[in-house]
Amino acid sequence: MNEAANDRVHLTREHALHLLKEMLRIRYFEEKCAELYSAGKIRGFLHLYIGEEANAVGVMQALEPEDAIVATYREHGHALARGLPTTAVMAEMYGKASGSSRGRGGSMHIFSATHRFYGGNAIVGGGLPLAVGLALADTMQGRNRVTCCFFGEGAAAEGEFHESMNLAALWRLPVLFVCENNLYAMGTALVQSESNPDIRAHAAVFGIVSEAVDGMDVVAVESAALRAAHAVRRGEGPRFLETRTYRFRAHSMFDPDLYRDKEEIEEWKKHGPVLRFRDWVLSTDLVHATDIDKLEADIAREIDDAVAFAEAAPWEPVEDLMRDVYTRNGMAAA
Amino acid sequence: MTDTRRITYREAVREALREAMTRDERVFLMGEDVGAYGGAYACSLGLLQEFGEERIRNTPLCESGFVGAGIGAAMGGMRPIVEIMTINFALLALDQIVNTAATIRHMSGGQLSVPLVIRMATGAGRQLAAQHSHSLEGWFAHVPGIRVVAPATITDARGMLWTALEDPDPVVIMEHATLYNEEGDIAAEGDLAVDIDRAAVLRSGDDATIITYSANVKKALAAADQLSGEGIECEVIDLRTLRPLDDATIMTSITRTHRAVVVDEGWRTGSFAAEVSSCIQEQAFFELDAPVERVCSVEVPIPYARHLEEAAIPQPAGIAAAVRKVLRR
Repeated sequence: MNEAANDRVHLTREHALHLLKEMLRIRYFEEKCAELYSAGKIRGFLHLYIGEEANAVGVMQALEPEDAIVATYREHGHALARGLPTTAVMAEMYGKASGSSRGRGGSMHIFSATHRFYGGNAIVGGGLPLAVGLALADTMQGRNRVTCCFFGEGAAAEGEFHESMNLAALWRLPVLFVCENNLYAMGTALVQSESNPDIRAHAAVFGIVSEAVDGMDVVAVESAALRAAHAVRRGEGPRFLETRTYRFRAHSMFDPDLYRDKEEIEEWKKHGPVLRFRDWVLSTDLVHATDIDKLEADIAREIDDAVAFAEAAPWEPVEDLMRDVYTRNGMAAA
Repeated sequence: MTDTRRITYREAVREALREAMTRDERVFLMGEDVGAYGGAYACSLGLLQEFGEERIRNTPLCESGFVGAGIGAAMGGMRPIVEIMTINFALLALDQIVNTAATIRHMSGGQLSVPLVIRMATGAGRQLAAQHSHSLEGWFAHVPGIRVVAPATITDARGMLWTALEDPDPVVIMEHATLYNEEGDIAAEGDLAVDIDRAAVLRSGDDATIITYSANVKKALAAADQLSGEGIECEVIDLRTLRPLDDATIMTSITRTHRAVVVDEGWRTGSFAAEVSSCIQEQAFFELDAPVERVCSVEVPIPYARHLEEAAIPQPAGIAAAVRKVLRR
């Protein structure tokens, strides 16, 4: 009974403000990144999470500090929601030495050992076997932890997806698989890439309990993630969560977005996770407009500080190029 | 005087596995048929009964999945030994090895290491045809972030594993499939771990240097014996470690012999032999009295029929001919 109670989201004023703040931080961080990309401050591939904020924020509420997270190349939101400092993430966008990966990874490869944040993986499906291994290590060492693995619906076509589902189910490993289904793998619609576009079914064939949830509703995601994470923590083996979501921006800054109707995008935006939650909390009187003004001002300041930090941060000396190719080289160079 | 005992390469690998499992409870073996079957080449036979199925962990047929799981488990504090049946199957796991195991340390700015050992069988000579017989060691040696070793002797088969497990980064151990039945003497007891940094001079000679690794060490030694009868004394270098390459040992030898033959079971084009040859010409060009010769596999998928397979890969006669050529005899 207690466990069932734990699965419910307690939407206090404080928690509502927290969820809203976390989503707004990501939204404004991403908008700033787009601006900085256009200004030439950020280079490479940049994949924005705008429209999908409720997924990372909702799921992260169900995780503990000792749990592990494996993410994708669209992972700024996950990193921020996990608690990585905005400064270090922004400095990584700039490629600076103060970045979360010392400027070696960039937008697609944010890591933080202290947050048990295992990247930032730019090989679609490549993170799933890692999550299986992290969970295996926990199991073999008798630690009751969850490994949460985020990936997109495009990964469901990869062999590594099926291999990992099988291993996790076969060995009853504590993995929470979270498939953020935004309907497009780059420019290829789900119905054009999957013979069975019901993503949950792909996990169900391995006997993994799976659930689909509205990924534009942060409370629904949090609630589903709590249920799934608790089951994993109870030793019931892996769980699979499909969050049905949508990205409002193109796949990356290089993408002219020719494969989607503008009307489709506008329709999804009407139900955007930030807008929807904001309107709802205001309607319940849990939160007032002045609270949101204050949140927005705080976030604007945080992001300005992050940009100032990144601007001022040093570049990694070229002499350190080879540092950390091997651990022992790194130790010698340090 | 230290007592010695005679064991096979396979027994040496098994002993090394047993020792590692006994010494460090974080160590476990994972791969296809490592359990009840005892490993495709019987290296882990009996270990399931000794250590149980948690630590002698049979996997489904999913090279990318279980190699990736090995990487994750290594980052999670374990010391996994992942066995891949043959190097040809390792191609199914190249994504995890090249894109993840080799990159994570650098790509994360030094935050995460991957203390993973991957063992795999390589090479031709058992009539297993073109999908079980290739020598792609050079492909792996191409990749920074991993270490690649090739035990050619019983001593190295017994001693390299523990050192590899102590390395904080991924180490790939290449075991040539024709070596498993080889016998040799090793110390009866004591610490049998060996370095995985340096090449070894297995035979001394002043006339020419034969540089090779893995199963071709034996063929090079056979060629050297044959040439000795003709009054030609060859130095034979077993590279042992392909990455990082111990070029100092090679150059020291060439500075004395002034002639080099590189033997590699990989195909000539883009081969590891090409890398060694290039290093020699960069570092010891003016020491050379003849162009560096390479003895590699014929550029053909390794065939099944014994006579064709033998013709496709380096043999002592071909190695001896290359040595005569660099000596203009």
